Formats: sequence, structure tokens, C-alpha cells
Amino acid sequence: MPVTGTGATSRIIRWIDYRLPFVAMLEHELHEYPTPRNLNYWWNFGSLAGIMLVIMIVTGIVLAMHYTPESAMAFDSVERIMRDVNYGWLLRYIHMNGASMFFLIVYIHIFRGLYYGSYKYPRELLWMLGVIILLLMMATAFMGYVLPWGQMSYWGATVITNLFSAIPIFGQKIVTLLWGGFTVGNPTLNRFFSLHYLLPFVIIAVVGLHLVALHTHGSNNPLGIDHKGPQDSIPFHPYYTIKDMFGLMVFLIVYAVFVFYMPNALGDAQNYIPANPLQTPPDIVPEWYFLPFYAILRSITFDVLGIPSKLIGVLLMFSSILMLFFLPWLDTSRVRSAKFRPIYKWVFWLLVIDVITLGYVGHNPPSGSIVTVGQIATFYYFFHFLILFPLIGKIERPRPLPTSIGAAVLGPAGAAGGN
Amino acid sequence: MSDVAQSPVSHGHGSGHDGDTRRDFLILTASALGVVGLASAIWPFIDSLNPAADTLALSTTDVDLSPVQVGQRLTVAWQGKPVFIDHRPPAEIKAAEDVDWHTLRDPQPDSARVKKPEWLVVVGVCTHLGCIPLGQKQGDDRGPYGGWFCPCHGSIYDTSARIRGGPAPANLVVPPYKFTTDTAITIG
Repeated sequence: MPVTGTGATSRIIRWIDYRLPFVAMLEHELHEYPTPRNLNYWWNFGSLAGIMLVIMIVTGIVLAMHYTPESAMAFDSVERIMRDVNYGWLLRYIHMNGASMFFLIVYIHIFRGLYYGSYKYPRELLWMLGVIILLLMMATAFMGYVLPWGQMSYWGATVITNLFSAIPIFGQKIVTLLWGGFTVGNPTLNRFFSLHYLLPFVIIAVVGLHLVALHTHGSNNPLGIDHKGPQDSIPFHPYYTIKDMFGLMVFLIVYAVFVFYMPNALGDAQNYIPANPLQTPPDIVPEWYFLPFYAILRSITFDVLGIPSKLIGVLLMFSSILMLFFLPWLDTSRVRSAKFRPIYKWVFWLLVIDVITLGYVGHNPPSGSIVTVGQIATFYYFFHFLILFPLIGKIERPRPLPTSIGAAVLGPAGAAGGN
Repeated sequence: MSDVAQSPVSHGHGSGHDGDTRRDFLILTASALGVVGLASAIWPFIDSLNPAADTLALSTTDVDLSPVQVGQRLTVAWQGKPVFIDHRPPAEIKAAEDVDWHTLRDPQPDSARVKKPEWLVVVGVCTHLGCIPLGQKQGDDRGPYGGWFCPCHGSIYDTSARIRGGPAPANLVVPPYKFTTDTAITIG
């Protein structure tokens, strides 16, 4: 819709749009962009994740102005931010808890996609770009956690970079290359800081592609059926801008409770002890959002076909995420929404339980029954994606799909085409 | 390109067909050279991440062993890593030598891991994921073989610091070192 009118503002906008169609693009994406009329609150989490990314970048830029990426000074500079810098405590707690909130939102966003089949035709690339964003987020979060240079920072970095030592032949060389030394040290801290600052901007670029892919075929919806006509959609603005704003307010309340009342609840007390390269803390656990993957890493305690258990653990951990790239083809069902898939509808929840179980296992020291539970849960994780997804699509008889979104939401009147 | 494909007119020497092969050849050699050039340009960026000269310069550590009593364990730093020095009592040496080492996960006889049986010198970094095993201090959990025990993922080492249980794939590494006198070593 071109900007009409003869006022000064309209003329300036038209002058700009003729050269750089920015306002026209916003108008197109926000106002004309047809959005399914039946989106529920699970669809709030995409925009929430975007807002969280902005909050992380803004607080991060300010924190970087006070932080010193030098192994002898990093810990103290963070303590200075907490004690001396004006509102430093607030900025750091927003940033620290923001990482947890960001992962919480993104995990919900991913499970939303899994439940409603948002990864299926024609949104495969949209989904794969999302997996890339997840990987970038994990790398960014891991490197950010190293920066305060506490005991968990140091030993977390040691354990995770040592994963690469499992690679045959070149393993140790690669680890030395990552460290820039013979242990995690000042060169490691410096490069992690550089990358921690860079990667969020790479994430922005991939989010841009994610949005282009999203807007090419539009949002999926709880019914998982295609948009068939004007009766199925409403403009994004104001309907979903207001719904997203409401969701944001609710989310910010939760976020604020953490920031102001329990800012260290999700962290590890060990990280308030300065890094000591000669003393490993009694037990090393990653941040909660990495626990399921950590559990998969530790679950393999035996060699398979002469391949050392360490290498298998590392390969399984990486494939647990890389496998998601193939999900659009592993799932053989053409019906998107679990609402119409009588078997998948229940099996979906097994995956949720399985991932939570893996998280619990990752949190606890690996001994006794915890090891066995971890092995069963790891087996189920891969079984779910590699066996159940292809199988259920073949044996399941989906329930009949509604003729259109409008018909399902408004009753027969909606199907007639009246908006 | 489309002009070339549609027109039978020859370019320079030879027929149009020859011109195509020559063009293919030029494209191939130019791209190959470009790839080589790009790879050589990338290498300095990658190699800059490797240990710098000053880091490499810190690569030896001298240790005076004379104050270390029998049964005492000493930790020194070498290249930023802890090195465990164990002044082993006869019982520990015997335990390490009496094992049928062929059956171990990383088979090595005790004699291949020491220069003098009473002194065991190993890098105190677990070969699993790089934690520092317990066992250096009085009262530490030394695991069932009386050697070292890694608290991170439960790897167990014996009195020759060989892997005996848990997820670690290899024995604790013996660093390069030499006895400069009877009671002093240089590591590195």
C-alpha cells in the first residue's frame, strides 16, 4: 500500500521510499502481512525471543564498557561492575538472567514448532535457520559464561574445549589452537570475549533470514492448515502487536522476579570464586540450559566397536542438535498440527518428559542409577527422532482437517468468506 | 557467456570449440590459483590463534625434589598445567609393577612411565575432559587403586597414574623431563 496524501511528512516518506523502500516494507510486513486469525499464546515466543536478543545486546554493550578481558583482572572487573558501577548490578543481573530467559523462550518456541509441525513443507528452511540460531546462541552463551573468570567459567571452558580432543589424530592440536596456549588462559579469554561480542550480530543476521523465510509463506497456525483466503487471516498490526505486547508484559514480570528477587538462583555459587587453574571444583555442571546435552555427553560409559566412549559421547551430543536439521524429512506425516494426529499428540509429551529427565540427569553426579536413567533417556531421545518420527507418520490415521481456518474458528459462516 | 554459446564465430586462434576448452582451462587454472591464494591468506589468521612466542617460552620448569619426603605428593605448574610429582613408597611401587599391564585400557608397564621408580612425574590433567584429579592432598579421595580420582566424571587412576576405571581413554601423560641432579628435575 503506497503512502498517499500531500502533507510534508507524506512527501518526505514518498521521497525516501522511492530510493529506499523502508516505510513501504514496514507497511507491507506489519499491516498487509496476513496473519492466521487463530494463533494462540504459544505463538508469542518468537517475538519474545527477538525482544530478548535486543535486551541482551543492549545490556551487553554497556557491560563491555566496564569489563576487562584479561585473566588477572576479569573477575575483579565483574565485581567492580557489581559494586561500584552505577546500576552495574542491575545491568549484569539483567544480562545474566537474560541468557536463561532467552533459552527458556527459545526452547518453548522450538517445542511449539514440534507440536504444531511448523518445520514441515514449505517451512523447512525456516526451521533449519532456527536450528542455526540455536547453535549460535549456545556458542555465545558458553563463551559469555567464561568471561567472569570464576571457577565454573574456567572449568566449564576446560571441559567443553576438551571435547574437541576426542577428534582422532588432530584432537590435541585443535584444542591447543582453541586455547592459544597449553591450558585455558588469557589468550582463550581474549578470543572468547571477541567472539561473544561478535556472534550476537551474526544471530541478528540469521534472524533476518528467519523472518524473510517466515514471511514468504506466513506463520503456521494451531490447525496447521494453509491459509486459503481473506476469511482466514487478520492483519498483524494491531491484532498481534497488541497480543505480543500483552505476552511481553507477562514475561517481563517473570523476568523481573528473577532479576530483583533471586538473581543467582539459576547460577552456580562456585562462579563467585576466582578461577584457579590448579584446583577443579568438586563437581562441574553447566548452566541449566545445557544440562540435557551434557547428560547425553556423559551417558556413554563404554566403547562401541573400538570407538572410545569419549568420542561417542561427543558425537552423540553434537548429533542430538544437528539431527534437528533433518527433522522435516524424518517426519513422514503430512499433517502438521498434533491436534489432528492421534498418536503423535501423546508421543510429543514423551519427548518433553525425556528432555526434562536428561536435564535432571545432567544436573546430578554420574553415579549409580543416574547413569542408567541417563542412558535410557539418551536412547529414547534418538529413538524418538530417528525411529518414532518416520514410523508414526506411516501408521497413524490423522483425523479429518477443517476445510479452512475461518471455518474452524467462526463456524460455517466463516467458511463462506465473510471477514 | 550466452554470446559465446550462440555464436559459432571463433575467438582468436582456433575454432569456437577450441575457444571453449581454452576458456575452461583458464577458468580452472584461475580458480585453482585463487583457492591456493585464499588458503595462504587465511593461514595467518588461523595460526595467530596458536600459542604465541611468549607462551611457548614458558615451556620448562625446574623442580628441586630434595624436600619431598617419601609418600609425599607435590604439585608444580608447567605450561600452566599442574604436574603431579609422587615420591612413591615401596608399597605403591610394588602395586604399580605387579599389575598385568597388558590387560589395561592404555597398556603400559610402570617401567615405561618412570625414570626412577621412586619418582612418578605426570601431568595432572584428566585425559577425559581436562579436570584435575584428586589425590595430591592428605585426605583426598584417591580412588580404589590408591592413585588419583577425577571428581568430574569419575575416572580412576592407579599408583602409576594409569587409567583403571571411568570414562578417560588414556593414562595421565608423562611429560618430557630429565634429572639434572639426583634430586632435581627439569620438566619440558
